[in-house]
Amino acid sequence: MKKLLSLTLVVVMALSLLTGCAQPAPAPSGEPAAPAEEEVIKIGVFEPLTGANAAGGELEMEGIELAHELYPEVLGKKVDLIVVDNKSDKVEAATAAARLVEKEKVVAIIGSWGSSLAMAAGDIVRNAKVPAMGTSCTNPLVTQGNEYYFRVCFIDPFQGVVMSNYAFNGLGAKKAAIVQEVSNDYAVGLAKFFTDNFKKLTGDENSIVAVANYNTGDQDFTAQLTNIKAQNPDVIFAPGNFTESALLIKQARQLGIKTPFIGGDTYETPEFAEIGGDAVEGVVFSTFFATEKPITSESTKFLDAYKAKYPGKEPAAVTALGYDAYLILIKAIEQAGAADSASIHKALLETKDFQGAAGVVSFDENRNAIKSAVIKTIKDGKFTFMDVVEP
Amino acid sequence: MKRNTIYTGTALLLLFVFVYFANKHLDSYLLRILNLCAIYTVLGLSMNLINGFTGLFSLGHAGFMAVGAYTTAMLTLPIATKQMNFFLAPLISPLDKIVWPFLPSLLLAGVLAAIVAFLIGAPVLRLKGDYLAIATLGFSEIIRVVFTNTQTVTNGALGLKGIPATTNLWWSFGTAVVTIFIMVSLINSSYGRAFKAIREDEIAAESMGISLFKHKVLSFAIGAFFAGIGGGLLGNLMGTIDPLMFRFFMTYNILLIIVLGGLGSVTGTIISAFIITIAQEFLRFLDEPIIPNIPALPGLRMVVFSILLMLVVLFFRTGLMGTREFSWDKFFGFFKKRPLSNGGAK
Amino acid sequence: MKFYLGGVYMTLELFLQHLANGISLGSLYALIAIGYTMVYGILRLINFAHGDIFMMAVYFAFFGVVTFGMPWYVSFIVAIALTGILGMTVEALAYRPIREAPRISILISAIGASYLLENLAIVIFGGRPKTFPQVPIFTDMVQIGNIHIQKLTFMIPAVTIALLIVLMYLINKTKSGMAMRAVSKDFETAKIMGVNVNRTISFTFGVGSLLAAVGGIMWGLKFPSILPLMGVMPGIKCFIAAVIGGIGSVTGAVIGGFILGIGEILLVAFLPELSGYRDAFSFILLILILLFRPTGIMGEKISEKV
Repeated sequence: MKKLLSLTLVVVMALSLLTGCAQPAPAPSGEPAAPAEEEVIKIGVFEPLTGANAAGGELEMEGIELAHELYPEVLGKKVDLIVVDNKSDKVEAATAAARLVEKEKVVAIIGSWGSSLAMAAGDIVRNAKVPAMGTSCTNPLVTQGNEYYFRVCFIDPFQGVVMSNYAFNGLGAKKAAIVQEVSNDYAVGLAKFFTDNFKKLTGDENSIVAVANYNTGDQDFTAQLTNIKAQNPDVIFAPGNFTESALLIKQARQLGIKTPFIGGDTYETPEFAEIGGDAVEGVVFSTFFATEKPITSESTKFLDAYKAKYPGKEPAAVTALGYDAYLILIKAIEQAGAADSASIHKALLETKDFQGAAGVVSFDENRNAIKSAVIKTIKDGKFTFMDVVEP
Repeated sequence: MKRNTIYTGTALLLLFVFVYFANKHLDSYLLRILNLCAIYTVLGLSMNLINGFTGLFSLGHAGFMAVGAYTTAMLTLPIATKQMNFFLAPLISPLDKIVWPFLPSLLLAGVLAAIVAFLIGAPVLRLKGDYLAIATLGFSEIIRVVFTNTQTVTNGALGLKGIPATTNLWWSFGTAVVTIFIMVSLINSSYGRAFKAIREDEIAAESMGISLFKHKVLSFAIGAFFAGIGGGLLGNLMGTIDPLMFRFFMTYNILLIIVLGGLGSVTGTIISAFIITIAQEFLRFLDEPIIPNIPALPGLRMVVFSILLMLVVLFFRTGLMGTREFSWDKFFGFFKKRPLSNGGAK
Repeated sequence: MKFYLGGVYMTLELFLQHLANGISLGSLYALIAIGYTMVYGILRLINFAHGDIFMMAVYFAFFGVVTFGMPWYVSFIVAIALTGILGMTVEALAYRPIREAPRISILISAIGASYLLENLAIVIFGGRPKTFPQVPIFTDMVQIGNIHIQKLTFMIPAVTIALLIVLMYLINKTKSGMAMRAVSKDFETAKIMGVNVNRTISFTFGVGSLLAAVGGIMWGLKFPSILPLMGVMPGIKCFIAAVIGGIGSVTGAVIGGFILGIGEILLVAFLPELSGYRDAFSFILLILILLFRPTGIMGEKISEKV
């Protein structure tokens, strides 16, 4: 009996220890958030800083940090960025988001590169009623049915349509081939909407002459490209991650394929031009902003600050989106005049014509950014402005 | 014996009370970590059955989890959500009309994973050591590639979202307790002894009349069954899944748990599932700027983590528990004043 | 000449282009598979870290050229030497202390070493891809008729064959080679015969890593985007190549590399709708080989020791 007692004691002590240290925050979750009287405003960031998507995470962090340096304060309070790594892992991404919401008590969240990781946070931000601002997660599912998820980028359908219009009207293409990164939701979505609209434009069910797939991380595309070469298309649409796309186009040129390549906003990454070298000259893609023709005054500010901080480097499109994601939250806090989640959420829903570095943003009913697309090409190794397409 | 049953009952009761209060009072972050701990316990046990108790070095766990997670998700997703998910290519019939409750979905997930394991295991389990490892790794990659490419069934790379978040502490801890009981009774049965015999020496086991094929496939399929259930629980905890979730790293995480806990110890697996899941979160401070004015090194956490793992493998090869197990006798023997000579052993 | 096969339109020219692509890829696989097979032949251990040693080599070469401004040939030699040292270090730290342990521990240690190298690379080199320097004498294209072939395609087999000859000499004619063969047959007996087992294994690891470095540099020249996780897939693929050829056999590794490379390309060529399943193909090939000819094409029979 004595033993039983001691055992019970031990277990109870262990449990109370667990629950005790687990609950440092006294605020019960049911009541409304404490009035914003703290000295700092906490904004959470969850990005893949390690693992397979580390490159994308790093690019976006550059933008978020830059914006934080330029706008370190709002409502006279310091803004604290709480960055957590989601390891490019979905399970970890959900835990990271829960940590931001519960442990760090952030008022809003930014992230993440990769729609799959953003979706992992979806339920958490909705349940906690903390608004989340997606950066470059273009999968329509991210914001669908989740009134707390927003994003500063346009989504796949728009971009697919823009590029198919360009292929048909701008290039006069009648036959198109598609090479897609089949394990990447972004690429699959873009390819699908491109296909649908291109078929409609040409009025020809067979206007897509070839569809080839590859997987994330693949490096050899010669087989797919040789097949496409045999079909002799007028244009090749190749949505995918920038590393793979650069290698793909390089190999296409090496195989003597002279067909123009077009793609999406992932192309606007300095590494794309660097890895691709001469091969990506003349590649056309849709993206968010242009250096030569700054859409907003914020674009100029962003570009100047970026060049000052990273001399000799060009910002990537997703860097600008990271910048905007931070800035739009700051503006929402300013507009709301309060820094609690509910006010920010309300202000975000009302946001209209936000002047971001990567374009003017208003949200549609699914909280996706409605913004114009910029069509760019690569000329002498530089991203060069071609055209603006209004939504 | 009877005394021990009372103790076990008391411990379960305490766990029940703990879950009851935790569910009520903890925030969603801590709940999530606790849920993950329990799910990783299930996954760790299932992998330990194959790798630790039967000595088959299998790296195919992520594949079985994927089968389980997708089965549960497809069966529990409400019809409207299915339509929302499959906006690129419609879902094939009859999956688009079926909605099952959670428990039968979870069980079917386990069964399907076990069937897949049987189909894979029947030919592959003849292989040994690292050949088996690479072949099972291959199969799990094949499963992932197939799921990526069959858009009308799995929604491909887009993944699924809006899976009902049914998994809570009752489900996860309940499943973990059931799994522990099944594992312990299995291991102490004649099957369990045969598994261990195969682990120690295949040829000797075979000459004792143990059917290698039957027992290996059995162990593999049971392991996969629980892996499928673990995958299903995980999917319904996350609310969203996609094929990339089930890369080799997933298997690797579970491997880590069983190595740290001790290959061939149920107790060790449970302890290390909790330790590793909590430690991964705890070590997060390493990713933050530690010394002022020196920028943070994201990824340092993972470096430290991999070094810790290497140290365990190199210097504490048997892990926390080796093949030892918890028992009430040992537990009290530990507290009792031990006679000097027999060190508390009975 | 035109023909249809499986509904795919194919001309001789097209087929030859595919074949050239396949040979180009296959020769790379072959080169890296040799290193795998050497280590396996001696330790009977899948060196999971091989792919990551390979990745490190590419980074070394990159930094040599870009950061330190060395001419490419100097940088490549330095990178190869450094990688050899790295391989020996990995062996000394991760494999030597547990040589007597059960195989499962050694395998786990191997996976752990690979994981550690990847995470280190992310922290040190960053996650963004870097562009491997282009050396025109390797990377230029040659056009024969309508078939385009990179110069590397001719050089890689030449390098492979040259290395093969050196290796054959090393293994069969030198004292170290004799020690390597002795250790691969039987640890204990070799030890009794006065072979320094640890030194021999370390030496083998060094040579295996040198080969990984040569393969890595060639890989970097052909696929000039380098990432911390770039070694994972090539590592697995080349292991598959080594198994197909018969692990432990150097010539087998070369044959296996070519089979895998050409097979992958021809799969996509003739069944384009299966292009998304390309990685699955390699694994299916591996499993089929393991089931029906576990010793591979050139492998020797291993009988079970009681």
